[in-house]
Amino acid sequence: MLRLEKRPSPSRFWQGATPVLAVVLTMIAGGLMFAALGKNPFEAIRTIFWDPLFNAQFASYSRPQLLVKAGPLILIAIGLSLGFRAGIWNIGAEGQYIMGALFGAGVGLAFYPADHWFIFPLMVVAGAFGGWIWAMIPAVLKTKFNTNEILVSLLMVYIAQNFLSSMSLGLLRNPEGGGFPGSRNLSQYPAASNPELIAGTGLHWGVIAAFMAVIAAYILLQRHILGFHIKLAGQAPRAARYAGVNPTGLVVLCMGISGALAGLAGLFEVSGPAGQISIDFNVGYGFTAIIVAFLGRLNPIGILLAGLLMALTYIGGELAQFMLGLPAAAIQAFQGMLLFFLLAVDLLSNYRIRFATKKEAL
Amino acid sequence: MTRPELLRVEGVTKAYPGVVANSDVSFAISEGEIHALLGENGAGKSTLVKMIYGLVKPDSGRMTLRGAAYTPAEPRAARASGVAMVFQHFSLFEALNVAENVALGMENPPPMKELASRIRQVSADYGLPLDPNRMVGDLSAGERQRVEIVRCLLQDPKLLIMDEPTSVLTPQEVEILFRTLRQLSAEGTAILYISHKLEEIRTLCDEATILRRGKVVATCTPRDRSAREMAELMIGATLTPPERAGGTKGATALEVVDLSVASPIPFGTSLKNVSFRVAKGEVLGIAGVAGNGQDELLLALSGEVRAAQGAVKIDGAGVGHTGPNDRRALGLVAAPEERLGHAAAPDMSLVENALLSGALRKGLTTRGFIDWTATEAFAAGIVKDFDVRTPGTHVAARALSGGNLQKFVVGRELSQTPSVIVINQPTWGVDAAAAASIRQAILDRAAGGAAVVVISQDLDELLEIADTFAALNEGRLTQPRPVAGLTIDEIGLMMGGAHGMEVAHHGH
Repeated sequence: MLRLEKRPSPSRFWQGATPVLAVVLTMIAGGLMFAALGKNPFEAIRTIFWDPLFNAQFASYSRPQLLVKAGPLILIAIGLSLGFRAGIWNIGAEGQYIMGALFGAGVGLAFYPADHWFIFPLMVVAGAFGGWIWAMIPAVLKTKFNTNEILVSLLMVYIAQNFLSSMSLGLLRNPEGGGFPGSRNLSQYPAASNPELIAGTGLHWGVIAAFMAVIAAYILLQRHILGFHIKLAGQAPRAARYAGVNPTGLVVLCMGISGALAGLAGLFEVSGPAGQISIDFNVGYGFTAIIVAFLGRLNPIGILLAGLLMALTYIGGELAQFMLGLPAAAIQAFQGMLLFFLLAVDLLSNYRIRFATKKEAL
Repeated sequence: MTRPELLRVEGVTKAYPGVVANSDVSFAISEGEIHALLGENGAGKSTLVKMIYGLVKPDSGRMTLRGAAYTPAEPRAARASGVAMVFQHFSLFEALNVAENVALGMENPPPMKELASRIRQVSADYGLPLDPNRMVGDLSAGERQRVEIVRCLLQDPKLLIMDEPTSVLTPQEVEILFRTLRQLSAEGTAILYISHKLEEIRTLCDEATILRRGKVVATCTPRDRSAREMAELMIGATLTPPERAGGTKGATALEVVDLSVASPIPFGTSLKNVSFRVAKGEVLGIAGVAGNGQDELLLALSGEVRAAQGAVKIDGAGVGHTGPNDRRALGLVAAPEERLGHAAAPDMSLVENALLSGALRKGLTTRGFIDWTATEAFAAGIVKDFDVRTPGTHVAARALSGGNLQKFVVGRELSQTPSVIVINQPTWGVDAAAAASIRQAILDRAAGGAAVVVISQDLDELLEIADTFAALNEGRLTQPRPVAGLTIDEIGLMMGGAHGMEVAHHGH
């Protein structure tokens, strides 16, 4: 009979080993699923994990996509992870991402067609501000009226989506676009664009911002008293109050950081890979980043790796869809398995499994 | 006098992962005997009685009840065999009345009217006045305990187990309880009485079994032994009582003026017009039955709950409106009662827990950046100075035993050169030797000029270390009085007497 036994202290070995184990288990279970669908499981796994990076035919297109997709996921997930550590659940990064894009693009387009060095930096500030202000709404409602930030931040996503539609049809619509919805293309406006910095890598300012966020979050959590207080508030709220942490301040801070980083991700996306504000500008980065944050166990380095892995399954999944004819649902199920196995084997870092024989003396 | 044997426990062993709670424990109780189970926290008393009550199954060994094999699979079976138990923590619903609560604990409760009259009957027979129609939420701790006892007595038990029954009672209420227990014993009911209060055991019990680290180390007749002898059997070492240096009292360091705050805890007790002052070098002991505002007083003094600016003054400066770190900066340290989750974060290491309250006064951060080397040294210093038994400072706080964590928490606060110390239950769950060293450390700080407020439910502890004494009763604090010359009766009355019920007890 299997029995779980709580470890006195969490195991450091398993904290590091569980993500690897989860990926291996996902490959096994996913392979079985692909086999059941009548596909060669080894080919499918290779197409998802190997071909996007190393296949001579596809890599030239898909390798840069890795950073393009991973950048916003990592940037948003880093912000979310700080709040999640403190027990503050910002589920509305998608909305903050949209608002960051709208504010940033709005500032850029307001200067069109002027050419000044300060336009792009100003857009960056505006993008962060847009995400921050959108996150402040649930934050203030929580601290003043004790509303639930999960619900409010989530509902604010839908407001932001409607705002995005109305902007791409109204105020921000390209006057020379022949009546089509969508703004001017920022990639054709050099003072406001976020180009690929090194050709063929996918590296743009947003990716650099994501790397900087990883480093800053790592230092904050490991070395700074504020990071300590964030962890403390999440693990033991009463102890945090005893340590002098102001819960209201922490909510405002964590929601603010995650909102601002999501806003930045939106700005870098709209001025770079996406190029323009359009009705369907958002593709769910804000929601996927929640999975990335947990996949990376709310640890900055983990999130960096999880963001890259998640981006890889997206790119490889698309490739598998059109190369092998795998249904899109199978790819989503495969991604779901990854999260499932990760959360399941997470148990091993706090518990050990004992094979106990049932014995009763009386 | 020889009475027929009721229960015999032979060679019972029970192991949990990492700890053997009971190892080859044997003892016997005769009918009508009041038998004490004596031992420090963690000695295995609770596990043993849980086995007798059917909550835990022994790994090996056997029990007999009146000569027949006794293997209760669950408490229901134990109750059917005539074994009843009153727990230290009550399981009562505050929003229901006494009779309804009693009915919930019975297998086949009679109709309410009949039950109410039986409750009246039993409570009158045993001198435990109880109105079956009152809401439990309105009852004092002592009265709630009576509900539990009456619930047991209605089942006409042959063996009544009582787990630390007096920790929630005033001295007068203890008197009433003892009279009831003696009456039960005279009628032939055996009582298994768990406690670590030695004087109580000497006055009440016929026999005692002493446990240490899960083993029976001695049996004795408590009346023939001194409390000190039994304490030394219990801890297996000689005790050194703390020494008090009759220091001189200085200027007022902590002053509380008309402090009233609403409790942040559900079903908590709000503080009402609490006023006192503590001079440098003085130890103020605050007694009171649990739940009379002790937690709230600590929160209001530590700064976790804010009050009016002038309600709390440190060295004359009003700090009632400030938070914990502003008060730490002025020299006030506080150690809450609840260690895991309040004084310490369970999943964090001892190093991180040292940082938790020590960051400011020990200067462990520079512009917010943590000096982990200094923090580790601070944690290692606490472990060494306060004899915290741990494999190292990297282990999580939850891995420490309650007593060791308590030593760590108290040590962490006392190691910050404080000028005002507030401690709630400083030695709760700590073994006698460690308790003595914690008390000594507190007295040393007082001798060094710190003003100390000790909130405790252990009267002996307060009388041992306090200079002045006050009691909390329903959120109000009595006028502090010098300890010298106080009688136990006066203390009991300060704590709220027997809640006006002592006259109801009849002579038997």
